[in-house]
Amino acid sequence: MSGNNGKSAARFHRREVQQIMVKNARKAKIIDKIVSIFAIMCVILAVIPLTSILIEVIKNGIAAFNWDFLTGRPSAIGRAGGGVGPAIQGTLIVVGLATMIGAPIGILTGIYLSEFAGGGPFPNGVRFFNEVMTGLPSVVMGIVGYILIVINIGSFSVWAGAFSLSIIMIPIVSRVTEETLKIVPNSIREAGFALGIAKWKITLFITFKSAISGILTGVVLAIARIAGETAPLIMTILGTSLFFTGFNNPVDALPLRIWRLSSQPYESAQTQAWGAALLLILMVLALSVALRLLAQRRGFSVRAEI
Amino acid sequence: MEDILSAKEISSDTSETTRRIREEPRRRSKVSIKGVNAWFGSKQALKNINLEIEENTATAFMGPSGCGKTTLIRCLNRMHEMTPGAKAKGQVILDGIDIYDKSIDPVIIKRRIGMVFQKPNPFPTMSIFDNVAAGLKLNGIKDKKLIREIVEESLEGAGLWEEVKNELDKPGMGLSGGQQQRLCIARALAMQPEILLMDEPTSALDPLASSKIEELVHKLKKDLTIIIVTHNMQQAARVADRAAFMYLGEMIEYGFTKQIFQNPEQELTERFVSGKFG
Repeated sequence: MSGNNGKSAARFHRREVQQIMVKNARKAKIIDKIVSIFAIMCVILAVIPLTSILIEVIKNGIAAFNWDFLTGRPSAIGRAGGGVGPAIQGTLIVVGLATMIGAPIGILTGIYLSEFAGGGPFPNGVRFFNEVMTGLPSVVMGIVGYILIVINIGSFSVWAGAFSLSIIMIPIVSRVTEETLKIVPNSIREAGFALGIAKWKITLFITFKSAISGILTGVVLAIARIAGETAPLIMTILGTSLFFTGFNNPVDALPLRIWRLSSQPYESAQTQAWGAALLLILMVLALSVALRLLAQRRGFSVRAEI
Repeated sequence: MEDILSAKEISSDTSETTRRIREEPRRRSKVSIKGVNAWFGSKQALKNINLEIEENTATAFMGPSGCGKTTLIRCLNRMHEMTPGAKAKGQVILDGIDIYDKSIDPVIIKRRIGMVFQKPNPFPTMSIFDNVAAGLKLNGIKDKKLIREIVEESLEGAGLWEEVKNELDKPGMGLSGGQQQRLCIARALAMQPEILLMDEPTSALDPLASSKIEELVHKLKKDLTIIIVTHNMQQAARVADRAAFMYLGEMIEYGFTKQIFQNPEQELTERFVSGKFG
């Protein structure tokens, strides 16, 4: 490899290249600084509204908290006192029921799409509709629940609310499930096949189990999303100041109660609205932390590289 | 270019080599591969492979990257066809039964043939014990005492028992790379296979861990038939009784390892084993 003056090829332009590199390195250092400062500023900009909302909700809402607020029924309009007991109960029932319907269907759809479907026109169609449904305004789901269930039963009901919320939940859960299962390395599935294990058992006991932590996170996100929905509930469960009286009857829910309370001109109602908002945030937070702890304790995890 | 030409010329007289080996005093044939062709989409990865593999021997498939050695081993337990777009044709006769016969369930045939992969792949959510027991449990064996015995035997067989006997309930992923690979061997052994396919089992391991795996091959072939894919010629020379040299999807030469390394019949083999290419 000897060229001019017997130097090897690597040495022809060594000095020249090194000089340019040194100059560029100085420039790169400055640009590095600018980019990282810019990134930190963006983070701060994103966190400011979030924390300010949180602080505001806590500051205004904490005053409403007392035993009566948590367990009592709403008082007559304009009167102080009373509570949001029926709304807490209603949210737990409606969201719980919606999760019981939506999460299994969503998870099974995700498993189908990731493990069994491949790329034919049908699975791609399902994926496409999933995406469309994720973007659909939630009020549309409320209308669907109203037409399909409220009109047929003849009453606003828990069923209609749970149905509408579960339809919002299904595409989110299905998508998270599919994406998480795709991260599970194929070598794990192959190891299962090499042992002569049936595919459904590999999917359930090996692949799905490896991905469960990610899937749980997705389910929690979906629950958080539907727990805060107001529009579809107006058209399905209507809201009431009574405790649960049956699945075919109206119930109350926290988002509805927040909306009702905050639209009243009385200060006591406004404070209760803040309190109910704080409560809703705390409930979602508790659920998220609980499921995360459960997943950690069981040691479930997906490893990107095996 | 030259290599491709010579590979084509040579392939016609591989039967000569195979015939010669047949005349040698030999053990019972365990697997016979007859006219196996395999494709990835429209690309042909294996071209008319014929091979007899004898019981209780270790056979090495060697060859440069992309020669089809991994594809061939994956054809032997019908794993190849599970890759989307891949297909295989021909006969692989295991104890007189063609595993490509229509009446054979490709899931069940894998229970008789163990496989160890290039990268250690223990089940990430399972403990050491459960990793070894997984094949038994998920194939419907419920007898706890039997499972416990087999797990111990298998870990013993894979040379891992002494290292892990006090931490069987710890996660399998917590072991070192070499231990993980031996765990994968134990997992395969637990199914009581007759054949163990090893696809470059040491390529992700350091030399010490590799030599432990090689020792295992020596020990295990007393009880089962081992087929090992390797691109490491020294390894093939150390562990294998028979060696096959493959090139561009064709079986160039197959014979006793000693003969392949010391006195190959084909020039291409000679050039490969002497390190001139590959």
